[in-house]
Amino acid sequence: MNRPRLSRFRGVAAALTALCVVTVVVSCSSGSSSTASSTTTAAASSSAASSSAAANSSVAPSSSKATSSSPASSSSTASAAPAAAGTLTVFAAASLKATFTEIGTIFQTENPGSTVTFNFAGSSDLVTQLTAGAPADVFASADTSNMTKATTANLVSGTPVNFASNILTIVTPPGNPAGVTGFADLANPDVSVVVCAPQVPCGAAAATVETNTGVEITPVSEENSVTDVLGKITSGQADAGLVYVTDAKNAGDKVTEVTFPEAAAVVNVYPIASLSAATQPELATEFVDLVTGPEGQQVLAAAGFKPAP
Amino acid sequence: MTTAPKVPARSKRGWAGTGSGLPGWVFLPAVLGGVFIVLPLVAMLVRVQWSQFWELITSESSIAALWLSLKTSTASTILVVLLGTPMALVLARATFPGLRFARSLVLLPLVLPPVVGGIALIYTFGRQGLLGGTLDFLGLRIAFSTTAVIIAQTFVALPFLVLSLEGSLRTAGRRYEAVAATLGARPTTVLRRVTIPLVLPGLISGAVLAFARALGEFGATLTFAGSLQGTTRTLPLEIYLQRETDPDAAVALSLVLVVVAVLIVLATRRRATEGSL
Repeated sequence: MNRPRLSRFRGVAAALTALCVVTVVVSCSSGSSSTASSTTTAAASSSAASSSAAANSSVAPSSSKATSSSPASSSSTASAAPAAAGTLTVFAAASLKATFTEIGTIFQTENPGSTVTFNFAGSSDLVTQLTAGAPADVFASADTSNMTKATTANLVSGTPVNFASNILTIVTPPGNPAGVTGFADLANPDVSVVVCAPQVPCGAAAATVETNTGVEITPVSEENSVTDVLGKITSGQADAGLVYVTDAKNAGDKVTEVTFPEAAAVVNVYPIASLSAATQPELATEFVDLVTGPEGQQVLAAAGFKPAP
Repeated sequence: MTTAPKVPARSKRGWAGTGSGLPGWVFLPAVLGGVFIVLPLVAMLVRVQWSQFWELITSESSIAALWLSLKTSTASTILVVLLGTPMALVLARATFPGLRFARSLVLLPLVLPPVVGGIALIYTFGRQGLLGGTLDFLGLRIAFSTTAVIIAQTFVALPFLVLSLEGSLRTAGRRYEAVAATLGARPTTVLRRVTIPLVLPGLISGAVLAFARALGEFGATLTFAGSLQGTTRTLPLEIYLQRETDPDAAVALSLVLVVVAVLIVLATRRRATEGSL
């Protein structure tokens, strides 16, 4: 009776040890891989499918409350260990992926020894993650309402600064097969139009343009993000879509852009702020200064962003 | 105590308490795994705003999404049964070169990320896809229609039925079929009177699983069919969108899906004692 109980106990102990090892390995590797992936995917091509998949994957590690704590804490301890100069964690809207990656490279050159890691996702997702306790130093939102949510939740230190703005534009498949010439054409029932849902910033902007112009669009689909709208156009599924100027520019010759003057009246403003939970408050301030300064503004302008109003 | 010396080998290795014959340490990770599955559900239950629950799940957009989900899932399950049953029969009974390869291909949608499935469907049934021109010629417009949702759901749910039914067919064996054939029954009669009744539990459990998979389909639908209330925005897509502005509504709707899923699992478990899954 005594011996089997002992062996059973040893078995349990062995299982526990194995579990511990597994947990440690998983949390370490997931922490490092998430930072690695965010830097590499940022540099990778920005086709609609890959970027939306990357956005999803970067959301996954920290979106759920239960799993966020372990990889997050492991990555922060791992980053604190090697360099005293520190790792700056920037949460930025998905539409800032290309420009902020470039600005991040400039930042690392100007601050030797420092590393910038990015988490690119939809602004509301980012606020949800920050509220759930995800560690970050800087937050850049694609609209003021999500930044307001962050300030209301006492996540922001100081006052957010507007650093860029973006307006809508029409994109069509290459060559504009449906012959769209302006915003009014989108009301044509023969033209299949894809927009963002009114719940997300790009959809809210589209709805405002509709109200301003009195043109009523009956979309064939209301997507969750600009990248989804762009995907429907680049794959030729729809005749026209409403996206931001920067998305159209980023898509290159996969789309044809049709600008319309009414867009200028509906401006989407991008605010940036350092966060009250920042572990690198000085680096955070420097990063914000870089984005709002001439160098950052130049990168943003090159990508099609307009200066902040 | 008195029996212990008589069967020393067994009591040394076995878990006397449950009579399962398993070593004791197996139970620790098993319980951990169970907690891992149940805990997120509990966490969601805690977050539900019960005071507004009914109001949230009966909003116009929620009802539209739930109704659309039930309609499309039913339609795709019917398609899955019509296409999947013959597929399972061929895979389980026929012998031809490349059978193994064919089976791996059939299972592909099961292991493929749904987004990838959606992209593949766009380039097949989309306006500029492989069949796009033909469909356009026939006057069929699939893009952004409810048909697109059903196609996406059928694509991802088909392997569930094929797998389940093929397993049942193999377990059932061919003895009864052989006897029926020697008694003079023609192949169609054997199939109708012997084979199908024999594997009915497997067929039902496969169909229920396919229905559940179709109901939860998200990635392929979002990529291939788009998202428009009443036409293509199924319940998972509605949840994903509500999350942007109204997390309470998203949680409430998630719970509705969980309840449906639990009912489905219970129904399958009861019926599928002879099935493979």
